[in-house]
Parts: sequence; C-alpha cells; structure tokens
Amino acid sequence: MISIKNLHASIGDKEILRGINLEVKAGEIHAIMGPNGSGKSTLSSVLAGREDYDVTEGEVTFNGKNLLDLSTEDRAREGLFLAFQYPIEIPGVSNINFLRTALNEIRAYHGQEEMAAKDFLALVKEKSKLVELDAKLASRSVNEGFSGGEKKRNEIFQMAMLNPKLAILDETDSGLDIDALRIVATGVNKLKSKDNATIVITHYQRLLDYIVPDFVHILYKGRIVKSGGKELALEMEAKGYDEIKKEFEIAD
Amino acid sequence: MSLVADNKSAVTQTLLDQLQSKSSKVAFMPDAEIISAIRYLEDKGIPNNKHEDYKYCNIEAVLRKEFKSVEQAFNELTNSDIAPLKIDEAINLVVVNGVYSEELSEKMIVKGLTVKSLNELSSTEKALLCSQAKSDTDALIALNTTFSANGLFLQIDKNNIIPMPLHVIYVNSGSANIVTNTRSFINVQANAQATLIESFYNIGSAKVFSNFVGEKFVGENAKLTCHTFQNEGALSYSVNTNQVKINKYSNYSNTTMTLSGELVRNNHNVVLADSNCEAHLNGLFISSGTQQIDNHTLIDHQMPHCESNELYKGIAKDKSAGTFNGKIFVRKDAQKTNAYQSSKNILMSDDATINTKPQLEIYADDVKCSHGTSTGKIDTEALFYLKARGIGEESARKLLLQAFAQELIDKIEIPSLQERVLHLFEKAL
Repeated sequence: MISIKNLHASIGDKEILRGINLEVKAGEIHAIMGPNGSGKSTLSSVLAGREDYDVTEGEVTFNGKNLLDLSTEDRAREGLFLAFQYPIEIPGVSNINFLRTALNEIRAYHGQEEMAAKDFLALVKEKSKLVELDAKLASRSVNEGFSGGEKKRNEIFQMAMLNPKLAILDETDSGLDIDALRIVATGVNKLKSKDNATIVITHYQRLLDYIVPDFVHILYKGRIVKSGGKELALEMEAKGYDEIKKEFEIAD
Repeated sequence: MSLVADNKSAVTQTLLDQLQSKSSKVAFMPDAEIISAIRYLEDKGIPNNKHEDYKYCNIEAVLRKEFKSVEQAFNELTNSDIAPLKIDEAINLVVVNGVYSEELSEKMIVKGLTVKSLNELSSTEKALLCSQAKSDTDALIALNTTFSANGLFLQIDKNNIIPMPLHVIYVNSGSANIVTNTRSFINVQANAQATLIESFYNIGSAKVFSNFVGEKFVGENAKLTCHTFQNEGALSYSVNTNQVKINKYSNYSNTTMTLSGELVRNNHNVVLADSNCEAHLNGLFISSGTQQIDNHTLIDHQMPHCESNELYKGIAKDKSAGTFNGKIFVRKDAQKTNAYQSSKNILMSDDATINTKPQLEIYADDVKCSHGTSTGKIDTEALFYLKARGIGEESARKLLLQAFAQELIDKIEIPSLQERVLHLFEKAL
C-alpha cells in the first residue's frame, strides 16, 4: 500500500523527520505513537502534501506511484485520506456541496461519471449514520460552529464518503470524550476491509483499545525507534516515554 | 449662458464646451440649481486625485485620457436590444442614454404607481428635483444637473404596496465616445412599499462616461428595497451617485453588485432624517484586468433611535483595484444610534490593490458604533483542507470565493436576478 523509505523533511532550517522507514500493507492497521514534538503530525502533513514542509531526502511509494511527485489533490484522488487533527471551518461552503465536489472530482480522475444526485444523497444518509452524525450537520457549512466531537465525527464521515485506500488519522482522539471516541472508533472499524489500510497517529493508548492495531511504532525525534505489536502501546502507556527518551537521546 | 471653468482645469472646460454644443437646454431642472451647479463646476472643476474623496479615483484623468473628444453619437435601441436585459418577474422600465423610453418600457397599470419622464413633472413633483442631490456638494452632481437628460420619475403613492419588483434598466449605447448624464427620482410616500432593481449596462461599441444621479426619498413608515446591478463592461467609466433621504419609521436597503466596468465609482449617501428608521447598505464586487471599483458611502444619522448596517466585500484579481470608503456621521441629536460597518476584501494577485477607509464622526454620547475591515489573500489552510479531499486547486479557490460572496448574493431576494448575478460572478472568478 505505502512504502516510506528514509524520509527526511524539514520546515525552514529545522529538520523534523530524520529518516522514517515504514511499510504498510493492505488490510493492516498501524499505530504511530510518540511524545510531543517527535514528528507525528509532520509525517501526516508531509504525506498529505502540505507545502510548508520540504522533503530533503527519501522516497514514498503509494500503490506503485511516487507519492511525493503528486499534488495534494492527486494524492487524495489516488486514495490517501488525512483525518485532520484540527479540522478547518469553512463558512459558506456546505458540507454537502463540499463532499459532492470532492467525490465527483475523485470520480473524474478515475474516468468515472458524476454520481447521480439521488445516489449521492442515499450515500450521505447511509454514511452519516455510521458516525451518528446529525443529518442537519451535513447541510451546514463545513465544520462551522461544530463542537470538537462533531468535527472529528465529520472527518470520519468524509472518510466514509470518499472511501480511501489509506486513511491517516492524525490525533483523531484528541479532544474527544469517551462516547465520541467510541463512535469515531466504531466508524473507523466498520470502514476497515482487507483492501484498505489505516495509520493511527496518537498520543495515548486509549484510542487503541477501540481501534486495535496490528503494528505499533514509536516515533522519537523524527525516527521510528521501536516497532512491535499492540502490546508495545500498553507498555508505553505503563512506562511513559522517558525510557525511550533516555535510550534514544540524539544529540541535536 | 457660457460656461467658464477655472483656468486650472482645461479638462473641465473642454468637457463643458463639448457637452454644451451638443445638448439642448435642460428645462425641468430649477434654474437656481443650474446656476449653482455651473458655479460649483467653475470653482472646483472635475475632481482629480488631489480631492480627498477622489484620491484613488481620478475622474479628471479618465476624461483627459479617454474622452478627449465627446461625439455624443447615441445609438437608438429596439426591443430586441432590451429583451435580454429584462427580468421576468419585474415591471421593466427602460432608460436609454439617460432618456426614459416609454416605448421600450413595459406598460402596466399598477395602483399607486406613477412612472413618467422628468419633463412631464407637475410643479409639486418638479420641486422635488435636486431636493436630495444638491449641486453645490459634488462636481459630478453639478455636471449631471447642468446636462441632465430627460430621465425617470417614479412615485409610489402613500399607503400602496407594489406587488412586484420595479426594474429600471439604464442602458447606454454609442457608436463613438459618449457622455451620459442620467437622472432619476424615486419617491416612496408614507406607508408605501416597493422593491426596486436598477441595472446598468453599456451595449454600444464605443466608450461611455456615465454620470448617474439617483435621488431617493423614503417617506414615513415606508420601505424601499433596492438592488443595484452593474455590468457595464470594459468600455465603461461610470460614476453613480445615490442621494437618499429616509424618514421616521422607514426602512431603506440597497445591495450593489458590481460585476464589470473599467471604472465604477459608487457614491451612496443616505440621510436618516428622522427617528426610528433604518438603512442597510451592502455591496459586492469582483474586478479583473485594470478595472477599478470604488464604493463610497455616507451614512448621516441626524435623529435618535436609528440603525444602519453596512457590509461590503470585494475580490480583486490581476492588476485591478478596489476602494471602500465608509463615512458615518452621528449628529448631536442622534442618541441611541446603532451603526455598524464592515468591509472585507480578498486580493487574488500581488498586483491587485484594495484601499479601505472607515470614517466615524460621532457627536452624540449614547451610541453603539463599530467598524471592521480586513484585506487578505485566500485562506491557505482552507485551501489545503479542500485539496486534501481531492478537490483541485481551481475548484477549491472557486468554492472559497463563492463562500466569501454567498452572504451578499443571498441578500438578493429576486430569484432570476440572483441567478444572473451568480452566473456572472462564477464566470468572473
């Protein structure tokens, strides 16, 4: 699905990713954990194509294509989805219009015809149920006036609508109470299939009780310093990141 | 009568000479106003960038450069020229090169509605002319008063509600350079209500300098809802002055949509002359190329318990420029005034310019007034969010710009006008 080799990225003069290696196959769920400032969000931003970062070294292959050569929109059209840590409010653009435009541009990219209005609305109805999103929210402006929980549910709703091959959930659990967390996680689990993959970026183990990962990676100072099974997350939760910090202290 | 402008302004002199040689005497304007207008022009000349109010809008330079010779080669228009400009759900009235055309206008008998040309006015109606737009306040008003064409007078008699919108199509058309001085008076008497659309077009092959003056009077407890639609194209240079006076318990609103025009200068001046009335001024423009769109508003709160709201937005592309200058006066007696003003603009290129200037002059002590202005580029975070969902750069930009404009487009309550604006707006994006 995605193969990341020796990925280095910086913002300005500051190098944040210092050689990431990661291989994710279809059907897998990978969790990336790590302390603040370890580069978790930078990794998701670089993969999604945010222009603030410069990739200085390394390569990323996504379904056989050089991901780093693609524009942000083409990455999404190829099936990459980033659930934002802080979803953006866009007053004046309705959720529905936004999603219809997105869905149809993705379809056009794959040479498919526009989806009929009737089918689109049926899809909206079906997928909004998945994350228990009020139908009224679907017709409102994108994220405008949404609560923190509604914004995150809206991200997963969009994911359900666009049906990506690889979803990167960037701190989707941040700011969620336990009920919202359960709803979001249930949505993600229902969307899981043998053909798609998920990268869950999180600070805490809590989310991983609900979205059970096949692999857990610990990111520290821009490198994956440890990988393991789901038990690694529990270990981190119990011990904290201090041990990792001591063991892998890298001189700046 | 010979018109002698100040020696300092050869441009004004040339223009006056050319217009005078090609115009007939304006019989319907009060003589005193014409004399005062000529004096004002002699004294002040046509404004250039040295005049504070025209700092970013040098009318003298436009006349010097584009209207060295004024041919006044007016075209005659027919029904087929006008048909595409009409609005289905309205009564369509037509003014060609400043002259009200009964022939091209739709004839409909509506209770309480008077439509006539300025030279048909009764003596009481005639007394209204220049009551709002004074010749000694602005050179363009003075020029219009001096050379006014036989324009339009509209009256809604007291206690009448006009059930459908009135659509005035002001269309200019010349085969060589023309200057038009279009004048109208809208009189909404006490307890009357009307919705008005004023559309501005140029369908000729030549350059037009269009100098429009609209006087509007809204009587006690009356309501006038206006929409100004400007789509005059690359050959047009226009100054549109609206001088409005509203009375006790009345409600006036106007939404100006500017979709094209090489130079568009709008002066929208509203006097809230008595207590408990409200005025709402809105505007949206999109400019491209070397266009310049200026919106100047003046809200004059003279009496207590009144409210005014202003919302102006602009999108400037290429090398175009926009100005918003909003002045609010709150006079000594205008206690309990609520006055709000907001101007928001998006610059789409490094060469585009926006100037905004809010001016509040408050002489009463118990008022709520606020103003805000912002000018910036398109929100890159929002753009990234849309692109991250597979929406291409261009459609993402369009979605965001439409969203920016939507609250103003929503203010147009006439469906086919809204559709027309939306269509042209999307095309201009």
